[in-house]
Amino acid sequence: MAVATQVLRSEWTKIRSVQSTGWTLALALVVTVALSMLLSALSKKEYGDMSPREKLEFDPTLISFAGIGLGQLALIVFGVLVVSNEYSTGMIRTSLAAVPQRMTFLASKITVATLLAFLAGLVISFASFYAGQAMLGEHKASIGDSGVLRAMIGSALYMTLITMFAMGVTAMLRSPMVSLGILMPFFFLISNILGNVPATEKVGRYLPDQAGSRIMQVVRTDDDAPYGPWGGLAIMAAWVAVALIGGALALKKRDA
Amino acid sequence: MIELVGLTKRYGDKLAVDRLTFTVRPGMVTGFLGPNGAGKSTTMRMMLDLDNPTAGDVRIDGKHYRQLRDPLKHIGALLDAKAMHGGRSAYNHLLCLAQSNGIPTSRVSEVLDTVGLSSVAKKRSKGFSLGMGQRLGIAGALLGDPEILMFDEPVNGLDPEGIHWIRHLMKNLAGQGRTVFVSSHLMSEMALTADHLVVIGQGKLMADTSMAEFIAQNSRSYVRVRTPDHERMREALASAGHTAVVAPDGALEVDGADAAQLGELAARHQVVLHELSPQRASLEEAFMQLTAESVEYHAHAGPAGAHPLAAGAPYGGAAPGAAPGAVPPGAVPPGGGGYPPQAQPPQAYPPQGPPPGQPGGPGQQGQAGQPGQAGQPGQQGGWGADWQRKKGS
Repeated sequence: MAVATQVLRSEWTKIRSVQSTGWTLALALVVTVALSMLLSALSKKEYGDMSPREKLEFDPTLISFAGIGLGQLALIVFGVLVVSNEYSTGMIRTSLAAVPQRMTFLASKITVATLLAFLAGLVISFASFYAGQAMLGEHKASIGDSGVLRAMIGSALYMTLITMFAMGVTAMLRSPMVSLGILMPFFFLISNILGNVPATEKVGRYLPDQAGSRIMQVVRTDDDAPYGPWGGLAIMAAWVAVALIGGALALKKRDA
Repeated sequence: MIELVGLTKRYGDKLAVDRLTFTVRPGMVTGFLGPNGAGKSTTMRMMLDLDNPTAGDVRIDGKHYRQLRDPLKHIGALLDAKAMHGGRSAYNHLLCLAQSNGIPTSRVSEVLDTVGLSSVAKKRSKGFSLGMGQRLGIAGALLGDPEILMFDEPVNGLDPEGIHWIRHLMKNLAGQGRTVFVSSHLMSEMALTADHLVVIGQGKLMADTSMAEFIAQNSRSYVRVRTPDHERMREALASAGHTAVVAPDGALEVDGADAAQLGELAARHQVVLHELSPQRASLEEAFMQLTAESVEYHAHAGPAGAHPLAAGAPYGGAAPGAAPGAVPPGAVPPGGGGYPPQAQPPQAYPPQGPPPGQPGGPGQQGQAGQPGQAGQPGQQGGWGADWQRKKGS
């Protein structure tokens, strides 16, 4: 598929030649690592006051990924901008005139941004883990411990999927403001509320971020969800698939 | 070559483009003329497969746009100057387009040079003026060295030097045997560049003719005669074989006559004249007349000679060399004893067709089944009738 490689190269040029790529990904790294370090340091201080049961459930790996909850918002901005840039600038008409095969166009754009998000996710995940463990002192986990490497790769995948979800939603909505206006409060507030109120907890755990973040957990807790780490990630992937299919259909049918 | 067959676009209950059928041929500049909102840009977007037609078909060299492999090598288009990411440099903007169509990277510098943007190649296009944006858009159109070029309002925002440059460029491209399709809402601009003219109004095809023919048909020259002795002057004119039409202000307008002859005629019949002035309608006026009607649904089917054509002076369209024998349009000879040309808007006429606000009056029904045959039998009312009348005379 010569055409596909051409379009992939073109999309790579596009993504590397705008500033928003650099600052959103850098922000995701800084925010995640800084917050993870802070929360890890606080946890270390509080460890002594914990009940025996809390100590049993203490998960140093998960704590060192705590910053992802905030850092993912920068990744969402990255995903939204990659797609909405085309619409908000009018570039979409130039792009589709150059590549009228719209599915090839969208797939290439998402592929390039997804690979970049995965690389960034790996960097963030490893940096966040090691920085967090450094704060935890004697309570720290090691990469050789059972489940830790899975959690590290898993959180990179989680961040990748969050970015893909944002791209799919934006492909449907087109507008950066509308997309961010829906995605930001959803992941920052609504998902947390639904997940923590007992009445909606059972529904909340099937939301993409709640299901997906199960992969960062190493120590099993009592109130286990009815899915494992990979099951949770699969639920999240299903959400992403729905968002991307919706975005693809919107692009296919609508006027540019 | 671009072929449109029955191309139609409907937004809700509004027909933006109504059964357009015409062909854009290679080796010449085809002007696509219509007022703002006539459907020019919508038509161009459908040509590029950006908007889906409600009905009809567009073929680029016999193929659908989507079937083109590396479309930028077949057809280059400037749609609007700001259809680019402002944060990306001019070079990178063109580079990503080149890569998507397998165009060698060296072409990017070449076209930047062609449009004169080499010195700002690394600058972000956000800081570009409208004219620089147009140039960058044109560079994008030229990138694949395509056989077909399409420009939507290319002179917008360009300075006089830029306008001169783009005219020259379009003629050059056509001279190389390429198909050049350029839209504008300015008749004077088209008169200078286009060899062929496609006029639309309200999404309908109103004319598909060569520029020379359009000029010959529309730069109507006539003599304006005002007299207190209306009846005798008309009789005198009739006896000399002239037909006069009455302008809204009561003056007589005599087509194809010589002012001196008419003066002598009046003298022979001892008719007092208050005004005797040769007039020439400018192309711009003819175009405005034609599109004003389409925009406002204003049909005046009566004696259509009574156009306020005399107001053509401000539109300084010079005659293109392509029209042998054509007198420069817009050049109203000074005359008429200091009378200002009586320009009256078409609204001042008592409407004799369907009242405004009733789209698709009886005059438009005849078009069904033969879309795109502007100026041919079947299109009645409004300008069409006028066109026919002139053709017949």
